[in-house]
Amino acid sequence: MNRINEKFSHLKSNQQKALITFVTAGDPDAETTVKIIDGMEEAGTDIVEIGIPYSDPLADGPTIQSSSIRALKNGIKIPIIMDMVKEIRKYSEIPLVFLVYYNSIFKYGMDEFLEESKRSGIDGIIIPDLPMEERNEISEMMRKKDIILIPLVAPTSRERVRDIVKNADGFVYCVSINGVTGAREKIGTDLKSYMDSVASFTNIPRAIGFGISNAAMIREVKDYCDGVIVGSAIINVISKYDDNSEMLENLKKFVSDLKSGLSEVKI
Amino acid sequence: MKGRFGKFGGQYVPETLMNALIELEEEFESAIKDEEFLETYRYYLREYSGRPTPLYYAENLTQTLGGAKIYLKREDLNHTGAHKINNVLGQILLAKRIGKKRIIAETGAGQHGVATATGAAKFGMECEVFMGEEDVQRQSLNVFKMKLLGAKVTPVKTGTKTLKDAVNEAIRNWVANVDTTFYVMGSVVGPHPYPTMVRDFQRVIGDEARSQILEKEGRLPDYVMACVGGGSNSMGIFYPFIEDKNVKLIGVEAGGLGIESGKHAATFYGGSTGVLHGMMTYILQDEEGQILPVYSISAGLDYPGVGPEHAYLKESGRAEYVYATDQEALDAFMALSKIEGIIPALESAHAIAYATKLAPTLGKDKIMIVNLSGRGDKDVGIVSKFMGVNL
Ligand SMILES: Cc1ncc(COP(=O)(O)O)c(C=O)c1O
Repeated sequence: MNRINEKFSHLKSNQQKALITFVTAGDPDAETTVKIIDGMEEAGTDIVEIGIPYSDPLADGPTIQSSSIRALKNGIKIPIIMDMVKEIRKYSEIPLVFLVYYNSIFKYGMDEFLEESKRSGIDGIIIPDLPMEERNEISEMMRKKDIILIPLVAPTSRERVRDIVKNADGFVYCVSINGVTGAREKIGTDLKSYMDSVASFTNIPRAIGFGISNAAMIREVKDYCDGVIVGSAIINVISKYDDNSEMLENLKKFVSDLKSGLSEVKI
Repeated sequence: MKGRFGKFGGQYVPETLMNALIELEEEFESAIKDEEFLETYRYYLREYSGRPTPLYYAENLTQTLGGAKIYLKREDLNHTGAHKINNVLGQILLAKRIGKKRIIAETGAGQHGVATATGAAKFGMECEVFMGEEDVQRQSLNVFKMKLLGAKVTPVKTGTKTLKDAVNEAIRNWVANVDTTFYVMGSVVGPHPYPTMVRDFQRVIGDEARSQILEKEGRLPDYVMACVGGGSNSMGIFYPFIEDKNVKLIGVEAGGLGIESGKHAATFYGGSTGVLHGMMTYILQDEEGQILPVYSISAGLDYPGVGPEHAYLKESGRAEYVYATDQEALDAFMALSKIEGIIPALESAHAIAYATKLAPTLGKDKIMIVNLSGRGDKDVGIVSKFMGVNL
């Protein structure tokens, strides 16, 4: 069974929801990224999204853009990221998902990219600029390799949700707002009706992402979903500290705080 | 396949935009068949922009070069000084039809920004233009014009701070405001339906040129030439000639400091297939698909991609793509000013540059149409700086 599905079924049987956290590979450097992922797992993250830095990330706001630029300046490359994943897989079974723009995969070679991802121990891939109209070829290849293509839905998707989640696996990434990534103070969307409508089309877990920045916000949204995704707020913590061990301490505190927002299950 | 030119084109955008693109496609397809819409569009092209633009026989240039007969399609005589207004009028009328009151646009040289700000002023819409910080400095005159016209100009500080990043930022802004906002894309780039829609709003250049040359010469030209940034003025003039197999179509890209220098924007020289700004096309990228910084003296050609239909015309062999360097474009800029009394935009000077190379190699019985996509007022500052003259 794919690690993502295993994780969600385990959480479900314990009446828990998933905390999914994001990190840009190579910011500040590959070695530290591995430590960040270890630290996040230790602090209670259930699934880690590893961002492959891209020069022109259309779906990302200033925080992740800057993070990607820092990583690229530091010379991060896809083979280094694959090695990082392999390193983590030596001791950890935490589900790992790539967040990668389509051109990175396309230019690298779809088959090579997927093959190396699989061999390294990647469980799923999110492609923020690949709508269902363009996904047939890659989703077929991924199915054969047992890597899950995580579908994204947005508040504007409406009737499209039905086809987007058809045959979906892993979880549905529910974009919380119309906008790009970035920590926000509140989510304006009527989450209840949005998430209910997604649930009417699929039984697989639904995770909310974009804009979620602290435990208080998690408390507000958690009843509508099976998991929350935190990205820019994590990057903000990582980039705040110059000293790595200080950063890791604070990051762990931050992640366990996020986790606490999630684990207060209403009886 | 829908929205594809061979393997090129498509819709590689965040899901949030998909319903907006589908709606745009439906509205565009119904508008372009609606006689009333077309009548209104033609009315503004005629009465507001001053179309048809002349197809001018450049007698002095022809005689100086001593070869093929050169005609200039005078898009520089449009209101706002370039072909960009053709497309803007079409898209703004479409925005009105859909009921959107806020429009956004990206701009490089500022010509598309000025045209969009002009249309927004005329039709009473709120307008925000995204422009790379570097271009804001290179094209300060156009920035001032946009502000005069009531638009908000937002400098883009990310990436290379030029046209590519302005497009990124405009798309991101559209994602955040998709319910209220219409994105007026400035060239035949971006996700479907933009490449098709912008081409259809620019084909008026080629439709006019084709009937004008038939009237003046009684036959079709041997060559049609235009500069290629995103590719809208070239696609506009090429399109009506595509079925005329004996008409050679030549696109001229920006060779910057030369291809070997790596400082250029000639997508077909060193570019490869990839995805940028929602389309699959030729792009300048490294081996991992990171978009490379590009360079040209002309801000309007300073773009690492090209419209997907051009990629298709290139691969099918129907059109040929060449480049002119900064220096060649500057020489052509000077020459056209002195010989014909026409100061061309630096973008258009790239097409003139290649024409001046090709014409002398051809017989006097050959006919060539060069698209003069814009006028050079906006560029006199850059050119004077290059010549070491303080204005
Ligand atoms: C006068 C002029 N010509 C050409 C271009 C290049 O655009 P395109 O290739 O879409 O015609 C521009 C862009 O700003 C322009 O201002």
